Amino acid sequence: MISLQHYLALGAILFAIGVVGVLTRRNAILILMAIELMLNGVNITLIAFARHAGNLTGQIFVLFIITVAAAEAAVGLALVIALFRGRDTLNVDEIHLLKW
Amino acid sequence: MMTDLLITIVKILVVFGVYLTMVAYLSLVERRVSAFIQDRRGPNRVGPFGLLQPLADGLKFMFKEDLIPHYVNRPVYLLAPLVALVPAFITMAVIPFGNTLPLFGRDIPLVIANVNIGFLYIFALTSMGVYGVVLAGWSSNSKYSLIGGLRASAQMISYELSLGLAAVGVLIVAGSLRLPDIVAAQSGLRWNFWMQPLGFIIFLIAVFAETNRLPFDLPEAEPELVGGYHTEYSSMKFAMFFMAEYANMLTASAVVVSLYLGGWQVPYLEQAGLPPLLLSLAQVLAFVLKVGVMLFFFVWVRWTLPRFRYDQLMRLGWKITLPLAILNIFYSGYLVVAKWV
Amino acid sequence: MDLSFLFFYLFAAVAVGAALVVVLNRNILHCAMALVLMFFAIAALFLMLGAEFIAAVQVLVYAGAIMVLFLFVILLIQIDRVQMLRFAHRQSPLVVIIAVLLLAELLYMIIRGTLGIAPGGADAAAAGAASGSTEAFGALLYTTYLFPFEVASVLLLAAMIGAILLARLDKEEVGGVSRQDMS
Repeated sequence: MISLQHYLALGAILFAIGVVGVLTRRNAILILMAIELMLNGVNITLIAFARHAGNLTGQIFVLFIITVAAAEAAVGLALVIALFRGRDTLNVDEIHLLKW
Repeated sequence: MMTDLLITIVKILVVFGVYLTMVAYLSLVERRVSAFIQDRRGPNRVGPFGLLQPLADGLKFMFKEDLIPHYVNRPVYLLAPLVALVPAFITMAVIPFGNTLPLFGRDIPLVIANVNIGFLYIFALTSMGVYGVVLAGWSSNSKYSLIGGLRASAQMISYELSLGLAAVGVLIVAGSLRLPDIVAAQSGLRWNFWMQPLGFIIFLIAVFAETNRLPFDLPEAEPELVGGYHTEYSSMKFAMFFMAEYANMLTASAVVVSLYLGGWQVPYLEQAGLPPLLLSLAQVLAFVLKVGVMLFFFVWVRWTLPRFRYDQLMRLGWKITLPLAILNIFYSGYLVVAKWV
Repeated sequence: MDLSFLFFYLFAAVAVGAALVVVLNRNILHCAMALVLMFFAIAALFLMLGAEFIAAVQVLVYAGAIMVLFLFVILLIQIDRVQMLRFAHRQSPLVVIIAVLLLAELLYMIIRGTLGIAPGGADAAAAGAASGSTEAFGALLYTTYLFPFEVASVLLLAAMIGAILLARLDKEEVGGVSRQDMS
């Protein structure tokens, strides 16, 4: 039987890869994708715990995470389109109007 | 254990064989029916009534030169036709095409895989169909293809909502996600077609949009986009998109029949006192016939209605079918609460 | 027994490989496709963990809706015009160090740490699987977690309105006036 630790380790690895993606990519769309990556790492962890603990609460959490991810993607992509219309770029380094 | 495996393999082979044959002959049916509607003759030269035409078409496709334009994104370009074709095929795995077949002293359920999330499986795979179109559109690196892919993605997201919400009504009434249960809940005259006419119409509209058939075939719209997403494809790769369209149509018909037209059920046939084997085969035949009627309907609509404009398509999807689908959910809830089903 | 290990490592490898492609590849569409592949691998792992419903939702929502939305935006703004952005960044060496540290810490905790959660009896999981965990899932969702469920619907409504407002072209903007006063 595959132990809980296997799944947790996989979740941690995916999360770490997602962190690298969010912090190094400069394309706004890719940053959003990397966030999805991190969320999936968390989902794996939650489902593995749900199996381990033998109840379904973890699965419910994952359902809510997926809901939030959908909302986040919709708003995030709307922002990307608005940005692209206004600034003609998706490079987050160039979007620094609020930076001091 | 071994016999179970063997039975499953035989079922897969039979279903796949029948399915592929039907896909091939669908192209002939479409051309003959369109000819009939337009008062022409249609292809009737190859074999009796043109029955060997699909074979001739297939051979022709194979011998055509396989052009791969130099400006395409090669890996994605090669992958796209497969991605378009596969989801339609594997969806068939959960569709029950009959009750149980009593053979050699055992009852063989006539469905390849009775998954307890069968309905969601269908929807998950249907939503994959769009990838073939979008990838083809993007990788071809041509403006017509790109616009085709863009339209396909927007169209499919929009209509998937109506599709899913319309079908929720069926789920509420059946109380199960298993396709065999959903079919079994429609025994006698309680087809969902009668119980939920509104849901049926919305589902049908959404299915037309999801399969990219006229009046919603904007992703390929030949007068404006040449061929839409498959403009840059030739030979067998084009044939794969062609097959994908008919395979999607066939799968969609099977889903509509299972959800709304009672699947393999024939009202009151069980009481006719047929021997079990004959009864079972009659039910399979009924399923095939119903699918055939749906397919004819698809072709009929294509050669009757004009194409929608893009903004009309979006307005219909978001402002008309979606609210009506939500209304249908309330109606289905009422059906259950009022114990009409 | 061994077969499940094989499948776990297969899907885990696919997921990690695809995730690396998402983070490292320069072609945004290849990244998107890799992400879809990763969603599928994770859905398969959910199946192995006995969460069929979540696996289906994962494919349906993530691969079928969210990624199609991403693709739509990628096609819409014709990314070729937006230069394939390079990976290198002034802060990237630092980021990699931080990420590796984070991963090391997490893995240490996972391997060495003690879990605060007692393993639930296998009977509970088995009962869930027998009755179709989808049914048990639905019952739990619509009773204990009804309030969060309703709140989620409000969240989705807010997101929908927000997305429409953000992406909408203003009337005067169509005339091309306000391009420069945004920058």
